[in-house]
Amino acid sequence: MSALANHQPVPIYKPGDRVRISLRWPEVSDHVHIRTPAYVRGHTGTITRYFGAYPNPEKLAFGRPAEAQNLYHVAISLDDLWESSNQNASLLVEIYEHWIERLE
Amino acid sequence: MGNSKEHFKDANHHDLGGREEYLDQKVCKDDDELDHGEFGARVDALRLILGAKKIMLTDELRRGVEAIPRDEYFHLQYYERWLRSMCSILIEKGIIEPKELM
Repeated sequence: MSALANHQPVPIYKPGDRVRISLRWPEVSDHVHIRTPAYVRGHTGTITRYFGAYPNPEKLAFGRPAEAQNLYHVAISLDDLWESSNQNASLLVEIYEHWIERLE
Repeated sequence: MGNSKEHFKDANHHDLGGREEYLDQKVCKDDDELDHGEFGARVDALRLILGAKKIMLTDELRRGVEAIPRDEYFHLQYYERWLRSMCSILIEKGIIEPKELM
């Protein structure tokens, strides 16, 4: 389904915000579909771009009504992801808002 | 914070990205491995039709692929996983019955 859900939520993050990807494992206890890869969960990064809001794929995956969820690019340092990387570079990953927490 | 093996203990088996055990392993397959042939083309066409007729979403296909048990998952090829998922989803929706697949 490519059409946006009717309600367009206001994005709560903006480029430059420091955030953390939620460290949750709902797949342990439930049959779920998740678009947040395991390897970025619990890591900190920076919002670089807001993409708009799209029907929540976690609901679409079960044919359920899907509310619009804000989608962002989050940049995470390679050194933070892999201790052996030794590269001054970042990974960009698309993350939905309900998987993002603000870093105070 | 790195990505230790411990970090992935609760991850689903399909969720392979970022694991250090795959560092320096070839990820780009040879051309002949990527040729899914007539079988792949037919499975792909079936998925397109199910999508166009609004019977099944791509998101549902992915959910069905991820639900394939670990042992079976790693023995199936790419489009075999798709077909396995489509059958499960269509049975779940009551559109086909298991006996029709025998």
